[in-house]
Amino acid sequence: MSVFVFGYFFMLLAGSSLAVYYKRNEVLGVLFTVTLLSMLFGILWGTVAFWTIAIIAIGLIAAGALGYCFRAYMVMILPEYASRFMKSAPLTASFGLLVIIVMIVLAVFADLVAPFGEREIVGDVWEPAGGAYLLGTDNLGRDMFSRLVYGAQTTMAVALAAGVLSFSIGMLLSFTAAVSGGWIDQVLSRFNDLLLAIPTLIFALVVLAALPQNIFILIGVMAVIDQTRVFRLGRALAIDIVVQDFVEAARLRGEGWFWIIFREILPNVLTPLIAEFGLRFVFAILFLSSLSFLGLGIQPPEADWGGMVKDNKDGIIFLVPAALYPGAAIAILAVCVNMVVDWLLNRTASLKGGRG
Amino acid sequence: MSILLQVRDLTIGATVYPPGEDPHDIEIVKGISFDLEKGQVIGLIGESGAGKSTIGLAALAYGRGGVRITGGQVLLDGKDILRYTKAGIRDIRGRHVCYVAQSAAAAFNPAMRLAEQVVEATLLHGIMGRAEALERARYLFGVLGLPDPDEFGNRYPHQVSGGQLQRAMTAMALCSRPDLIVFDEPTTALDVTTQIDVLAAIKHAIEETDTAAVYITHDLAVIAQISDDIMVLRHGDAVEYGSVQQIIEAPQQEYTRQLISIRAEIRPEAPDQSDSLLRLENIDAEYGPNAKVLFDVSMHLPRGQTLAVVGESGSGKSTAARVITGLLPPTKGQVLFDGQPLPPALKDRSKDQLRELQMIYQMADTAMNPRQTVAEIIGRPLTFYFGLRGEERRHRVTELLDQIEMGDPFSDRYPAELSGGQKQRVCIARCLAAKPRLIICDEPTSALDPLVAEGVLKLLMDLQAETQVSYLFITHDIATVRAIADSVAVMYLGKVVRFGPKSKVLNPPFDDYTDLLLKSVPEMKLGWLEKALESRKMAAAGN
Repeated sequence: MSVFVFGYFFMLLAGSSLAVYYKRNEVLGVLFTVTLLSMLFGILWGTVAFWTIAIIAIGLIAAGALGYCFRAYMVMILPEYASRFMKSAPLTASFGLLVIIVMIVLAVFADLVAPFGEREIVGDVWEPAGGAYLLGTDNLGRDMFSRLVYGAQTTMAVALAAGVLSFSIGMLLSFTAAVSGGWIDQVLSRFNDLLLAIPTLIFALVVLAALPQNIFILIGVMAVIDQTRVFRLGRALAIDIVVQDFVEAARLRGEGWFWIIFREILPNVLTPLIAEFGLRFVFAILFLSSLSFLGLGIQPPEADWGGMVKDNKDGIIFLVPAALYPGAAIAILAVCVNMVVDWLLNRTASLKGGRG
Repeated sequence: MSILLQVRDLTIGATVYPPGEDPHDIEIVKGISFDLEKGQVIGLIGESGAGKSTIGLAALAYGRGGVRITGGQVLLDGKDILRYTKAGIRDIRGRHVCYVAQSAAAAFNPAMRLAEQVVEATLLHGIMGRAEALERARYLFGVLGLPDPDEFGNRYPHQVSGGQLQRAMTAMALCSRPDLIVFDEPTTALDVTTQIDVLAAIKHAIEETDTAAVYITHDLAVIAQISDDIMVLRHGDAVEYGSVQQIIEAPQQEYTRQLISIRAEIRPEAPDQSDSLLRLENIDAEYGPNAKVLFDVSMHLPRGQTLAVVGESGSGKSTAARVITGLLPPTKGQVLFDGQPLPPALKDRSKDQLRELQMIYQMADTAMNPRQTVAEIIGRPLTFYFGLRGEERRHRVTELLDQIEMGDPFSDRYPAELSGGQKQRVCIARCLAAKPRLIICDEPTSALDPLVAEGVLKLLMDLQAETQVSYLFITHDIATVRAIADSVAVMYLGKVVRFGPKSKVLNPPFDDYTDLLLKSVPEMKLGWLEKALESRKMAAAGN
């Protein structure tokens, strides 16, 4: 028995006992489950299992601590109103926000951060991580870290732009359909059904192949395809709101279309729409990578995360982890965005203006 | 007589999560005790939040979501059912104790035939065989006065009326021959003319089957007809507990007296009703080619007075309001406002025409945007009609809040942070903000507790005296009409059957429908139900 294993179990049991003493059942549940599982994994895989669990735990604690400090820091430096808003953030959201901000900063200052150029071939194919290349090199011998940093620019910008655009279009059209009813609703809804009936990827391929290769057209096509889903959701939600008395009261007051959509309906359907946005943002990244994979998205040699996964996927057969780095970047961004969205969701779901 | 149910020092608690405070425990029911003998009925009466439903459900050893029974005993046949295991409680429910919910429409499974649902619990407990249970269901349908008892059970819930559904639910409760039935406001959602039938059916069925019952309601007049004992509840405490005779005829407590004396006339009828601010002339309206709802409706409303439109659900009174507001353009006839014809459709009306005609809704909850604060809700008409902004608007909002007796501290609250009465007051303030000449009130008090409703009605009358605003008051409650109206229009099946000054409409000689309507309104007298039914029978025999 090494000192490490002894210490490992000592920590877990001490933690569990303290949890029992202070009657914190949720902490006890986690700690003691880990203790029991550790025994099992220890028998199966030996000390490696303990190291793995310990590293994961330390990682989580570090992330929590980061989130904790970041929240306190933001509360300190932000003005009164914003800091009250920030105070309500759970640790997950605070950590997610920090990661997103770091990613944005990296993307914006890519020229300063990246040690090598985006298209510069600097070494051998698939060199291991470490040394001059922080994350090794890719399938053409370009620096992986530099490409990740440059890729962050395109990936996040395109996904965000497509997401925002698709939500703007989808919400506007769906609310118009719900408020107007009658033939306007029919026309918009049936046209939407028409778009939905065409397989998205094939539709995108046809349109993108016909139109010139251009990042704005790419964003536009992604947005138009994605807005069909937003439209569906938005109309279903808005129809429920439109029949309520307060919308009738607004109509009787003589309010126009603009007020009814943006002041009466929108605040009441924001919660599910924000949740949907978190999802669709991730889908937009994935959709962009599938387009890039098929050669109609971001054009090489420009870097984007989805394309990088594609470029390096063959390495996995030879135990080269190059494809995992951009994959992990996508996963981390997706998780962080959703952690932040979850927090916003809790706030907008409250009918008391998010107090208490 | 042997005692069936004994409730001893029952306390029930729950955890509340008020905004801006830490969650804490409150007591909903604070040490209630009562006895119930076999074949007797006890009435629990009180406002919403008094704990009456909670006590009723405790007789089934049940606590609604988040509610905990924290102390005391509920002895059924001498055994404390609160100590029973889950299996034991399941055995009691549906066998010894049954429950009749307020909204039968929501309590029935829409995908199953009525008879299946009525006998379900009986079969589940193995009390009878299927054929016998169905036979009993048919017998009970007959006892409860349902049409065609043999075939009734083959229908689906949406194929019968609300009153029939409520009786079917009573049959469901009676089917397993329980010792005790808990009725939770079984007639509250019904029209008065239907309510009297259901009441009579329930009373008859209870006598016929010798079942004991706990009858929960907020209407003292109803409970006086059906129960032997009454317990008056307020904030989880028993205010008064005694025989029905003592409570009705010699109440000891101030609160009970208030409940009994409610709805005295607030203001005498206006003598001169020749003038007219609003006039409906021969209005016909329909929701599509085969759904005509209004037939030749005419009435008028004098300036600064109140016109009450009375009728059952489906009589077209709300549709008349929709015609006046322009939401439903009439197919025939016209609406005159201050002598000028109003454009039939909403979109053709000018901003000023819209401003002068405001509306108060029955459900204040849904009439306000839950995402706007009180200040935004009241302030919007100020900005929209008068262009008030900033400090000016804030000042006016405070004035309006004072006018509805609420005050400035409420201005930053959201509707979810207001009580039912406060919500309705805010809706009234929103109307007043537009400085209207006519307010259409669509059952503004029917969702409120009696004392709260009284306060809202008083407020409306005070505002009328202050601002000379006219009310078109839609209601099904005759007591409210007596209290506030100057003139009355009685509607039935889309027609105005009677229109005129209150003193004339509500006094004989009557037409048939008005007679039936007035006679169906429960009075706070013992034996009223029997007398009312008797006079109905005589009328039927006379025809």
